[in-house]
Amino acid sequence: MKGKKIKFSNIPTTVITLIALIILCIILSVASPYFLTQKNLTNAVLQCAINATLACGMTFVILTGGIDLSVGSVVAFVGVMLGTFVQGGMNLPLAILLSIIIGGIAGVINGFLVTLVKLPPFIATLGTMSIGRGMALAKTGGRSIQGLGSGMKFIGNGTILGIPVMILIMVVVFLIGIFLLKYTKTGRYVYAVGGNLEATKLSGINTNRYIMFVYLFSGIMSGIAAVMLTGRLDAAQPIAGDGYEMNAIAAAVIGGTSMTGGEGGLLGTILGALFISILNNGLNLLNVSSYIQQVAIGLVIIFAVALDALRSK
Amino acid sequence: MNQKTIVSMEHITVVFPGVKALDDVSFSLRSGEVHVLLGENGAGKSTLVKVLSGVYRKNAGTVYVDGEEVNFSSTKEAQEAGVNIVHQELNLIPYLTVAENIFLGHEPKKHGIIDWKRMFSETETILENLGVDIPAKAELRTLSVAQQQMVEIAKAVRLESKVIVLDEPTSSLTDKEIDALFEIMRSLRDKGVGIIYISHRFDEIKRICDRATIMRDGKYIDTVDVAETEIDDMIRMMVGRELTDMYPKTPAEIGDVLLEAKHFSTEEKLRDCSIYVRRGEILALAGLMGAGRTELARAIIGADPIHAGELFLNGTKISVKHPKDAVKHGIGLVPEDRKQQGLVLGMSIGKNITLANLSKTMKSGMLNSRVERSLGDDAVKNLNIRTPNLEQRVKFLSGGNQQKVVIAKWLLAEGNVLIFDEPTRGIDVGAKSEIYRIMCELAQSGMAIIMISSELPEVLAMSDRIYVMCNGEVRGELTREEATQEKIMYYATGGKDHEREED
Repeated sequence: MKGKKIKFSNIPTTVITLIALIILCIILSVASPYFLTQKNLTNAVLQCAINATLACGMTFVILTGGIDLSVGSVVAFVGVMLGTFVQGGMNLPLAILLSIIIGGIAGVINGFLVTLVKLPPFIATLGTMSIGRGMALAKTGGRSIQGLGSGMKFIGNGTILGIPVMILIMVVVFLIGIFLLKYTKTGRYVYAVGGNLEATKLSGINTNRYIMFVYLFSGIMSGIAAVMLTGRLDAAQPIAGDGYEMNAIAAAVIGGTSMTGGEGGLLGTILGALFISILNNGLNLLNVSSYIQQVAIGLVIIFAVALDALRSK
Repeated sequence: MNQKTIVSMEHITVVFPGVKALDDVSFSLRSGEVHVLLGENGAGKSTLVKVLSGVYRKNAGTVYVDGEEVNFSSTKEAQEAGVNIVHQELNLIPYLTVAENIFLGHEPKKHGIIDWKRMFSETETILENLGVDIPAKAELRTLSVAQQQMVEIAKAVRLESKVIVLDEPTSSLTDKEIDALFEIMRSLRDKGVGIIYISHRFDEIKRICDRATIMRDGKYIDTVDVAETEIDDMIRMMVGRELTDMYPKTPAEIGDVLLEAKHFSTEEKLRDCSIYVRRGEILALAGLMGAGRTELARAIIGADPIHAGELFLNGTKISVKHPKDAVKHGIGLVPEDRKQQGLVLGMSIGKNITLANLSKTMKSGMLNSRVERSLGDDAVKNLNIRTPNLEQRVKFLSGGNQQKVVIAKWLLAEGNVLIFDEPTRGIDVGAKSEIYRIMCELAQSGMAIIMISSELPEVLAMSDRIYVMCNGEVRGELTREEATQEKIMYYATGGKDHEREED
């Protein structure tokens, strides 16, 4: 490596995602006078809080070379359970804690299927995705549970020191995730497992334990996201969270996490989640139909991954 | 018998980056003969048949098939000229039927669609002519390895081959299956097909082969009549080379037995293998490919399950069911396939080095990048790993430097026993010598080293003691003083202890 010449392929994906995000913001602020207002920006970030939380768990899973398709359904099931608890008069903190634990249990089931039953992650979580959705619908008979009280409303719409609670939750989740990945053995092994499972195992690492961990972590994130969504809607809906897994995967992938595992990280994921949310927000401001917005997101995913593939050649 | 020459390869030279894989090799095959290619691993046998079958291009020389000069640029062209190769690793598709595999790419058609009836009936005819009892409609994955081998041969027969190459076809077959294979080979031979056979097993060679061409280090040595040549003479021709001083063996003080594996058996390969290694000792596991050496190493470190066997460390029985147990007891493996098993290729050098002992990089409960960097820097310096920086991903390093990264990982893990599986395969000559020097230093520091190697000069030069394996068994034990290439080859090709003593 001679001199200071910066090669396109040497720039980290995170930096490219960040540049893309800044360019998007510049374009939108020119195109719409409403874009660059505090209210709008807060709203855009708020919109991505749930997806970002799920994408945080998803990133861990994808880093090991796996996938978790069940997150949307787990959100719905946990939400329904939470609604039942709260309506039954359970103490709110306890109900929330139980909900997160249920999410964790769903994750453990996924982890068990992947590590011990040795199912491909896609199949295992496709199965639990269907089971979760079905259980949520069966539990409520397809109806939603309405009116959950002020506590839940606070989580969805309240603020602390002027900052929405949802955004605070998202920030805490990411700080924990980033800490795990960068400063703990667990984080390092997550990367190693995704980079080369066999070499990691032969290095004396209990690889199954860390694969189990990522699904557990993703399940907990689904539990947290369920609490956020239920608060936001002030209702628990068995059909909620439909397609959330795809948005979470999209955020991770746009942020540069490789689907084959071993590469990527949470900084990229949060940028990816913001990118999706701001793009949606901007297109809304410009009166672009939500149908076309889906097309736009799809193009972004393809472009981001194609760019990565070209760069790594 | 018909003595027509069907293949004639003259003065073939093949150069790979940095190595002359074949150097002026000539070879001829008559119709109606079984001609064995003999040589150590790396002697150039496979390269030679790959030139014949169009996989590799030759840099010099001429190939004639049926008296006409040919220059195949693909296996397809070779097939069209009647030359077919049955690879060691089978090239069949598990979820297709026997008939579909045999006709793959040559499906009989009627009105533009596949004529299934003809395909199955022709398959049955071919299989019947070969005298094998395999249903044409069976899915390939339901067959045994031996049966799959027969399907490969049937494929070659269907193409009306004049020349069939069999690359170590018997390595995974039972005695009975070998008998059946030989029966087929004889019938093909009697029909005038020329068969090139690659094998290391002299008992088989004596049974089935007419002539043998011996190769060594990419060079042609001799062609002999198998019936008139002693096995020992053939072995001598295969291995006869002088050792050079690229092996910096330094003596180490040999201490007590450190690791002992007793009566190791696995479902698939190993049969009652017992070995031990002492402090300061470099112990070699010699043998041919497929002898079970890698399997034994993997069984010892708990990477594969055993169904019998006990492991002792310093005389105390230990339980190793997973590589993590082995690492805990200080036993590490430098695997043969370092890219698949030794390294996380996309990770940096530093992170690979600390992978097996991440605790060393922890400071107040967290991974500390400064500590990690200094550990990595030390390793890079001590083992002379050539890299611009520690952040370099290991996939961009040369083979020799990658190997050093794997070794550095185990040094940081502070083990007592290190198993090297083919430590110098695919490594250039300079780095080879460095790897040997490192092995000697580790032994001198009191570690026990087990080296699996198929390269006889390496085994003879580096080891203090040698076990020779064949067919999943430990066939012989030799000290450094008594070991010769001939003795090792004798055991490695299936010879037994007591027979040797009678000579």
